[in-house]
Amino acid sequence: MKKRKLKYLLAGGIVVAALAGMIYSGVQESMVYFYTPSELVQKKDAVQGKSLRVGGMVVERSIRWDPQTLLLTFQLTDGQGTVFVRHKGTAPDLFKEGAGAVVEGTWTSEGFFRSSNIMAKHSEEYKPPAHPETLESKKELFKSILKEGKP
Amino acid sequence: MGRGSLVARILGGAAGLLLATGLYLGLVVVPPDAVQGDVQRIMYVHVPSIVTAYIAFFVVFCTSILYLWKRDLRLDAVAVSSAEIGVVFTGITLATGMIWGKPTWGVWWTWDARLTLTAILFTIYVGYLMLRAFAEEPLAAARYGAVLAILGFLDIPLNHLAVYWWRTLHQPSSILRPGGPSVASAMLLPLAMNFAGLILLFAYFLVERVRLERIRHRTAEVRLTRGRRG
Repeated sequence: MKKRKLKYLLAGGIVVAALAGMIYSGVQESMVYFYTPSELVQKKDAVQGKSLRVGGMVVERSIRWDPQTLLLTFQLTDGQGTVFVRHKGTAPDLFKEGAGAVVEGTWTSEGFFRSSNIMAKHSEEYKPPAHPETLESKKELFKSILKEGKP
Repeated sequence: MGRGSLVARILGGAAGLLLATGLYLGLVVVPPDAVQGDVQRIMYVHVPSIVTAYIAFFVVFCTSILYLWKRDLRLDAVAVSSAEIGVVFTGITLATGMIWGKPTWGVWWTWDARLTLTAILFTIYVGYLMLRAFAEEPLAAARYGAVLAILGFLDIPLNHLAVYWWRTLHQPSSILRPGGPSVASAMLLPLAMNFAGLILLFAYFLVERVRLERIRHRTAEVRLTRGRRG
C-alpha cells in the first residue's frame, strides 16, 4: 500500500510539474506567439539575436529559391512593415506567395530575419477545387510525367 | 456479466451506422479541399472528436457540481466515466491534429495558444483520473475530483476563444464561428454525420462505463458488509 501511494504521488508530481511547465513556458510564450513584421521592424534592435517568430503574408513575387545552395529568400508583410527572410532548406507544401506563414528564427544585425523553421498558415475555409480531378485527368497527368521522364 | 441494456445496444448500433456512413462519405465520396487536397479529410475525425471531448467534459462539469450539492455517488459515477471518455477523445484530437499539422503547417506541434490549451485540457483530466486513483477513500476521491473537474472545465471556453484573442498558427473555428460555417455544403454532410455518430458513441460508452462503475460500487459494498479486506 505504501509503495502504491508513492507511485501515485510520484506520477501526480510529474503531471503537476508538466502542467506548471506548460503554463509557464507555453501560455506565456503563446500570448505573443508571433510578432507581426511591423512590430519586428519597430523593435528590431531590442530583439536582435533572440529566438522569436514572425508571422505575416508572403509578398507576391518575393520568393527566390536556389536549389543548388537550398537558399530560400522571401518577404513577409502585414501591410505596414516588411521583413526580409532567409531560410536554408525547404518549405511546407502550402507555403506560397500571397498565403500566410510563420517563421521561427532570429533577427540578424545584417538587417534580415534568419529562419530555422517555416510554418504555413491556412484559412478555416474548406471547399472543393474549382476543377475537380477525375480519373481521366489523373491518367493524363500520369502519361505526361512518363513522357517527360524519357531521356 | 450481462450483455448491456437495450438502450446501450441501440446507441452503439446507431453510432456504428452513422460513423460508417459519415466516414465513407468523408473519405471517399466528397471532393478533397481546393488548397490542402486529400489531407483535409482528417477534419472529419479531428473536429467531431474535440467537440465530443468538450461534451464529455461538460457532463463531468455538470455532474461534479451536482455531486458537491447532492453528495450522491451515482452522480460521481457519471462524472468519472465521462472524464475517461473525454480523455480518449482529446487524445484522438491531439493525434489527428499532429498528423494533419505536419503536411499542412510543416510541423507536428507548435506551442501556440490553441495547441497549448488543448494539451493542458488533456493533462487536467489525466490528472483528474490520477487524483482519484490516489485518494484512498472513495468519498474523498469524488470530492477532490469534483473540484478539479469544475476548475478544469474553464480551459474549454478559453480554448474556444484562444484563436480570436491571441495570434495562433491554428486557424479559427470553421463551424461555431460568427457568420456561420466556412465549410462547403458538400463537406458539411459527412461532418454532421460524424458529429452525430461520435456523440452517440460517447453516449454508448457512457452508459456502459457507468454500468461498470455501479458494479464496482456494489462489489465494494458487499466486501464492506462481509467485513473482508480488498
